[in-house]
Amino acid sequence: MEKATLLDWYRQMVQIRRFEQKCAELYQLGKIGGFLHLYIGQEAVAVGSIAARQENDHIITAYRDHGHALAVGADMRRVMAEMLGKVTGVSKGKGGSMHLADVNKRFWGGYAIVGGHLPLAAGIALAEQYKGTDAAVLCYFGDGATNIGYFHESLNLAGVWKLPVLWICENNQYGMGTAVDRASAVPRIIDKATAYGMKGKQVNGMDVVEVYQATQKALKAIRSGKGPQFLEMITYRYEGHSMGDPLRYRTKDEVEKWRADDPIGILERRLLQEHNATQDELEAIDQAVEQEIAEAVKFAEESPLPSPEELFTDIYVEA
Amino acid sequence: MARITMRQAITDALREEMLRDENVFIMGEEVGVWGGTYAVTRGFYDEFGPQRVKDTPIAEMVIGGAAVGAAMNGLRPVAEFMTINFAFLALDAIVNHAAKVHYMFGGQFKCPVVFRAPGGGGRQLGATHSHTPDVIFAHFPGLKVVSPATPYDAKGLLKSAIRSDDPVLFIEHATLYQVRGEVPEEEYLIPIGVSDVKRTGSDVTIVAYAQGLQVALEATNELAKEGIEAEVVDLRSLRPLDMGPAITSFKKTFKAVIVEEGYRSFGIGAEVAARLQEEAFDYMDAPIKRVAQMEVPLPYSRELEQSALINKDRVIAAVKEIL
Repeated sequence: MEKATLLDWYRQMVQIRRFEQKCAELYQLGKIGGFLHLYIGQEAVAVGSIAARQENDHIITAYRDHGHALAVGADMRRVMAEMLGKVTGVSKGKGGSMHLADVNKRFWGGYAIVGGHLPLAAGIALAEQYKGTDAAVLCYFGDGATNIGYFHESLNLAGVWKLPVLWICENNQYGMGTAVDRASAVPRIIDKATAYGMKGKQVNGMDVVEVYQATQKALKAIRSGKGPQFLEMITYRYEGHSMGDPLRYRTKDEVEKWRADDPIGILERRLLQEHNATQDELEAIDQAVEQEIAEAVKFAEESPLPSPEELFTDIYVEA
Repeated sequence: MARITMRQAITDALREEMLRDENVFIMGEEVGVWGGTYAVTRGFYDEFGPQRVKDTPIAEMVIGGAAVGAAMNGLRPVAEFMTINFAFLALDAIVNHAAKVHYMFGGQFKCPVVFRAPGGGGRQLGATHSHTPDVIFAHFPGLKVVSPATPYDAKGLLKSAIRSDDPVLFIEHATLYQVRGEVPEEEYLIPIGVSDVKRTGSDVTIVAYAQGLQVALEATNELAKEGIEAEVVDLRSLRPLDMGPAITSFKKTFKAVIVEEGYRSFGIGAEVAARLQEEAFDYMDAPIKRVAQMEVPLPYSRELEQSALINKDRVIAAVKEIL
């Protein structure tokens, strides 16, 4: 891998982490409302896989969507404005944390019904197949979503119709507070994909380079006509399911063990040891990210709230 | 003008729209090789091919959701639920996704999907296959809900639904497929959300739609023999709900009966009655009556099932009660 590429991924991962830490702070201050699901710990998945997409590929994900929004290149100021419910937000303040989207980046959004976006991904892929393009859909979901009917119906349809979907399961070990082996009859998620004609591959989701390479390979397989593909990214969420999670279902030791294999830490070591990056270089990136976040918060804070009329717009395209 | 069945009118609308716009395609259970379980898409598979007439697995959640995704990404799917009873399995795709994606992402996406669903009781199909749950779907802003009563309306409304940039649930009462009516050869559209006066009269206003409309019209023929002239308003669309003609009529007759096949509680009749009293309280001369299905699961046995459903005698009785 090129050093410049790795540095860019480092910047993106730091950006996601710092952005979310800032969001947690703003949530505690009451400036962000509703639910807030943090992606911290899983940054390598969004950054590595989205880096492997070609320009016309689509991205769709669940409600833990800040990382994907930033990784597709959505304007951070507008993402932060959405968090604060401002009209300048990516979804005009109508979506919030769970419903970020950016039509120009082919990012179809975060969806808050577990599994609900999997058939949408199949449909988006169907439209590309129908139009005869080479575009694929990268569809992200958690381990918890693999137990719901939507998952099975969507994978089956994708298998039958050979839809260009890359199913990316972010196995962060818990569906809310329920561990994978307490909710799934098979502990290896990829075993479920085999039932629908997909071989599937487990990937170290803490290593952005591995994620990138596996995604690249899977997308190539889709484009060469091999049908839908399945990746299980083994990862971990450091924070609770959402803000206010009492974290009774896991030990501090377990969290510490995963933190030792931190995705940003792994990449940092690789940059320093294998690519002659300097601590100064990385710190400069960290500082630039801090600056960017400060500007995004300022933009969001100074942005106007949606006008009362906005309540009634966008219900229908045709009034 | 040719007199054709409502089934034929729906078939014609689908075929004409598929010929007009190559982004229109059909997906659903047995829509292709089989030709549609109600024979609405017979011949389509041979004419348009498997790319545009897609047989799906029996899997309503993904039929609903994939249609939403395809619509968001530029196609115009007409997704068929074999019956509306199965659409319950796709309620999330319809209510949480089709009806919400435009609003909750601030207008970035549109969802021009049509869900077609035959429904209704009266065919001895038992409790789970006989629902008229139209009101459940009509409850949610973001979705348009249409349910025609005549071949003419069915064709014009379905064509509008397919061309609409908004999601539309198009409910076809299965007992109406054989109803015949005049349909012009030339193309026409009927706008969604516009009610229609199907019969004029000055003694009482009957508000109905779909199969309820046919029952109401039967009743008015008998009432006319006794010198009672009812005005009949066909809602045609439940959302958006056009109350204009019903209110105008009520201000003329001062009395109203609402006829629907669904259950009375929390039903279309409840909504229409509430709006009539809100908009025309000073014109109300009698309690507004509702004729609706008995509050029971529909049984199989023929006579028993019929006794739970609406019929012309119930409509006549309701009218006479308030005259």
